[in-house]
Amino acid sequence: MSFAPNLFSIVAIGAGLIFFLAGTCGLLRFPDTLSRLHALTKADNLGLGLVVIGLLPLADNVLAALKLVVVWVLVQLSGATVGQLIAQSTRRNGRTE
Amino acid sequence: MIVQTLDIGLAALVLTLAGYTVLARATFPAVVSYVAYGLLLSLIWVRLFSVDVALTEAAIGGGLTGVLLIGAAGKRRGTAVAATELDPTQPLRWAIMALCALAALALATVVVSLPDPAPTLAPQAMENIATTGLGNPVTAVLIAYRAFDTMLEKCVLVIAVVGVWSLACDRCWGGAPDVPRAVARGGTLTFFAQVLPPLGILIGIRIFWIGADEPGGAFQGGAILAAMWVIIMMAGLTDVPAISKRWLRIALAAGPIVFLGVGILGFAAAGGFLAYPHGFAKPVIIFVEIFMTLSIAATLPMLVGGAPIRAPRP
Amino acid sequence: MTDFLLSAAVFILFTVAIGLFRILYGPHDADRAMAAQLFGSGGIATLLLVANATRVPGVEDVAMGLALLAAFASVAFVNSIATGESEGAGEK
Repeated sequence: MSFAPNLFSIVAIGAGLIFFLAGTCGLLRFPDTLSRLHALTKADNLGLGLVVIGLLPLADNVLAALKLVVVWVLVQLSGATVGQLIAQSTRRNGRTE
Repeated sequence: MIVQTLDIGLAALVLTLAGYTVLARATFPAVVSYVAYGLLLSLIWVRLFSVDVALTEAAIGGGLTGVLLIGAAGKRRGTAVAATELDPTQPLRWAIMALCALAALALATVVVSLPDPAPTLAPQAMENIATTGLGNPVTAVLIAYRAFDTMLEKCVLVIAVVGVWSLACDRCWGGAPDVPRAVARGGTLTFFAQVLPPLGILIGIRIFWIGADEPGGAFQGGAILAAMWVIIMMAGLTDVPAISKRWLRIALAAGPIVFLGVGILGFAAAGGFLAYPHGFAKPVIIFVEIFMTLSIAATLPMLVGGAPIRAPRP
Repeated sequence: MTDFLLSAAVFILFTVAIGLFRILYGPHDADRAMAAQLFGSGGIATLLLVANATRVPGVEDVAMGLALLAAFASVAFVNSIATGESEGAGEK
């Protein structure tokens, strides 16, 4: 009976790992700052989100699961803000130091 | 096997980041590396089952220290003094490196050569914890068994703030410090600073409250509250308070003063300095912790802000 | 299951370590700030996986603390860049 949640977790976390890898590769290989930013925000949101979704069935109780969701919401918020701020700063300064 | 890989990977990453922090030529790469180092260090604390320390490392090393260093670097950039005059000379750098390496080597030798099982007071601490009314042995050590040390630490924090303030120029005394704040009132940062603090304050209070029985406590909760105040100041939604403000000084001093007062009252109530009355220990501890949290939430942003840089407004 | 979670944690740590290159070589400071952000989310993911696998109590609070403060260094960086541009504008 505990096979189905485990399978779901494995699939979700596996997908999250793929997004983390993709985001990091993008961060390394894309040619300029703004496209790297794009790759990074995908890893942030989707990678962590899928890992959290995968961990939800394994949580001990409802409160622990809720805390996982709060962590995800916070990372979404900060990731989105940092993405916007870095993009604005890059555009304003014409990509110079 | 997998756990060993995880631990070795973590250790290798942390050492690489530490090396880069020291060797980086420019300031910002070193600061970024240091923040990442702090993040991974809190992971290591979790692997060592020290969750209270991990919380503190996350709050202080991951957030506040980064802002402090970036702010300091920015202020240094704006000064008229040539950078080369104040940088340490080559022989001094070698001496610093040698001393640090020696200290690290000594610590590593001691830790590795501890007998197995290592000598510990943990069983005695757990035996007597019921008398304090607490469930978290770390908090019990901090506020009950070694309350004297904690009280002195809080006094040291106030002294540190005074020391930082004393770096102000004469005409700036009484004015306001500065944190890296937005020049243009952008929508993004304002939105962030309006949405995050309510959540953060809730989480900070919860972590302070839960410290009695689970990992957490006054310092961790206070550090998170401090961070919320810092982000509001960074977004420009509120002014950095002038150091002459009375409420600020009261907030800074409240923690140590209350702690000291409780300690002196201990003579009358329970027969010794910082002794807690029997059966009444937990309420007293919570009372002291509330003021400690308040003081820490006021002190850390002041340390991040640094010395006042403009003359006080009349 | 525990083995899988720990392997996932090692994998994320490995990808985050690759992101280290951006901190070391990233031509602009913005790239380094991004790499630090990746460290933050990757670190939180690793933390959650390790916590579930090794059954350490109270680690969700550490993850919440990290998540709260993930953005701080980047915000400070962006602000100090902005003031650096307008330095010489005198006292604010």
